[in-house]
Amino acid sequence: MAELSGWFPVAASHDLPLRHVFQAKLFDREMAIWRADDGNVNVWENRCLHRGVRLSIGVNEGLELKCQYHGWRYANKTAGCIYIPAHPANAPARQITNRTYPAVERFGLVWTTLEKDLSFDVVWPDGDWSVLRAIPVHAGPDAVAAALCKVLGAVPRPDIHAFAYALSTLCEAPVLALLQPQDSGKTVIRCLLSGGAQMERRLAVQANATLTRFRNIVEADASLEPVESEPVFEPVASELAEPPAASPDAMTVRVERKWQVAEGITGLTVVPTTGNLPAFQPGAHIDVTLPTGVKRQYSITDGPGTWKSWTIAVKNEPNSRGGSRFIAETLRQGDLLSVSEPRNNFPLRRDAAETLLIAGGIGVTPLLAMARALAAVRSGFRLHVFARSETHVPLADQLDGLLPAVTLHLALDPAQVAQRLAEVIGPHAPGRQIYACGPGGMTQSVLAIAEELGWPEEAVHFENFNNDHVIDTSSAFAVDLARSALSIDVPAGQSLLSVLRAHGVELPSACERGACGTCRAEVIEGTPDHQDAYLSRGERASNRHIITCVSRSRTPRLVLDL
Amino acid sequence: MNRTESEPSRHLWHPVATVAEVNGTLNTMLMGDAVTVRVAGDHSGIVVFHGDRKLPVIVRFGFIWTSLGSPPSDLFEIPEAAEADRRNVSAGPVGVATSAPRAIENFLDMAHFPFVHTDILGAEPHTEVKDYDVELKETENEILATRCRFFQPMAALSAAGGMEVDYVYRVPHPFCAVLYKSSGADARRMDVIAIFAQPTSEESIRAHLFLSMIDTTHTDSEMRRFQQLIFGQDKPILENQRPRRLPLDPRSETPIRADLSSIVYRRWLSSRNIGYGVIPAAGQSGSAVHG
Repeated sequence: MAELSGWFPVAASHDLPLRHVFQAKLFDREMAIWRADDGNVNVWENRCLHRGVRLSIGVNEGLELKCQYHGWRYANKTAGCIYIPAHPANAPARQITNRTYPAVERFGLVWTTLEKDLSFDVVWPDGDWSVLRAIPVHAGPDAVAAALCKVLGAVPRPDIHAFAYALSTLCEAPVLALLQPQDSGKTVIRCLLSGGAQMERRLAVQANATLTRFRNIVEADASLEPVESEPVFEPVASELAEPPAASPDAMTVRVERKWQVAEGITGLTVVPTTGNLPAFQPGAHIDVTLPTGVKRQYSITDGPGTWKSWTIAVKNEPNSRGGSRFIAETLRQGDLLSVSEPRNNFPLRRDAAETLLIAGGIGVTPLLAMARALAAVRSGFRLHVFARSETHVPLADQLDGLLPAVTLHLALDPAQVAQRLAEVIGPHAPGRQIYACGPGGMTQSVLAIAEELGWPEEAVHFENFNNDHVIDTSSAFAVDLARSALSIDVPAGQSLLSVLRAHGVELPSACERGACGTCRAEVIEGTPDHQDAYLSRGERASNRHIITCVSRSRTPRLVLDL
Repeated sequence: MNRTESEPSRHLWHPVATVAEVNGTLNTMLMGDAVTVRVAGDHSGIVVFHGDRKLPVIVRFGFIWTSLGSPPSDLFEIPEAAEADRRNVSAGPVGVATSAPRAIENFLDMAHFPFVHTDILGAEPHTEVKDYDVELKETENEILATRCRFFQPMAALSAAGGMEVDYVYRVPHPFCAVLYKSSGADARRMDVIAIFAQPTSEESIRAHLFLSMIDTTHTDSEMRRFQQLIFGQDKPILENQRPRRLPLDPRSETPIRADLSSIVYRRWLSSRNIGYGVIPAAGQSGSAVHG
């Protein structure tokens, strides 16, 4: 049907009780409307992008909406897909984002518009108004509008809204009616009664009875044949038809709060300068580009469905190359930072029966986000934090919220750490998973102890902050790029990544020290000379991937899937 | 409306009833047209009419198959159903407000087991779909998905408890699919479950289910009830899919690795120019134009 521009009511606030998903329709488009636990109202296209199932039959999990068909989870506000249960060990492509409509909650109604960038412009007459029960009518909006005027003596109020009518015949109090055109054969009448909280129940009953009689009159005239109307679904972005590559998009955020979160550790809470923050998965990090030109990766510590701000924590490294020292000493509240969209090289499986999170000092940051995600779905987990002393535990106040699942291990020497690790790791059982993050030495201990205790490699996940290896760049080799049909020589002294870039091959990268895995490429032929700290031992042995910023080739030629 | 002679699916065999279901006369729909099935008392003579026109008939697996066009000389086989100790049971038909291809695609899907068939064919947290293989067998013109595995708490009535179940899927017909899964009663053999979708219109089907099981303990009605319980869980999902017709444009929905069989199925429908119950990809407006 013909669409009108402007904002339209699509639900009443009282249609959105706790953890409910409400189904609405405006101009042939079905919408799934749900209120998150933080109060935010989401108006989304009523269709999971995966296989088209209505999201209105999905589950409102508080800060995520879970599709009923395959359990895909979409984040509050952004509608970004943050978990695909069929592939629990992979981070979903960040760009899988469900379609959303603008949402404004005003005058007891939820409003939306099909237009982009249209600010809310409905001005309501002064006074208190109460929302009455919505009356769906099986007739088109023009027919309902005409009948309102003819049968009920309604007076159009185009100054309020193109489909607003003043009604004085419904009951003893003035009523304003708004029409919500669902499709060319169905309209919802949404009435507001003057009087606010003091409104007499008797008046609402009276108005409702009059409207019900009115509906019967209109429907007796209207054709009740179902209207042939098929909504048009926009195609998904072409890159979503195939698994997409990461995008190098950057955005600007403002430092809203800077404070000391532990001895030698600075906490930063950043907020977007415009709009909202994108969806992220637990374990994800952002690349922060500082005014000094250096780029650093910091894990997002927030729980699921956070879209207003992110909190990161930065350890002040004594031999800082311009990253942490700048943040600790120079950066101020109110400063702007350029950050990447969240990337996840440390995806959390949510199909574990018991998840063991093991943090060394500042390594608690990604694990805090994981703990919050697991707590939100009541999945069993334990968070073990190893630190020099209580004052060295980052974000200790936020850990309190996760008690009793958190255990601190303080002031232990390396031998005691190893012994304690063996105790907390224990024997492997199906469904147990370990996520470890901390200094290189500690994650190595976790790996070694877990292996000794019989844990399979795929059950132990880790993230390093540093690559302790000394990079050897003395070799020279050739690479063939299968997809780009390019052959390139990599001379000694230059990294594979830098040579690729010099030839116009764009590959995302972050730490450029072999720790984060962002610049990983797939190897089709040849044997890489692995020098990174990212790939697991099994991944190294399979020789199917290479971390291009530090690793080289053992064979004269490498063929990459680039 | 894809009801022209050039629509390839018009020339396929379609199931319209089980022999047992017809008590004298049964009126049903096939691709938007009313058809009448008549079975003589002793099941000897089976005829299907479209108005005054007598349609071709094949009886197989206990089902009556017919066609509005010129069908091939034969219909696909399920050789296992002939094994002496198999229990061959029909379940259904179940009317579903969806297209035949959406129903077939759901039948090929494992990832929904924990969410739709909770605690029967799947349970959280066992949600992973391990990589499997799909091939298009050119000679038979059918799709074969192998090496499919999924953890199931109660794979069949005969299953004693949770187990990792092996599946093989065949799509021998655009609107029919057959699955083979590890038998709960005999680990060396596979149970067979098939869905034959009768397209009553582009957006509605009667789903005929066929079971060929290794099971010596349960009655026919127990097996039938189990399968109807499972399919009853799929029905509301299928009826809430939009659009109801299967979109063949790769950009209409977002596939993941677990959807490999559906990706191959959609391409196969496109390559066969099937235009019924689907939304053809852009630049391919169905057989009406191609024909």
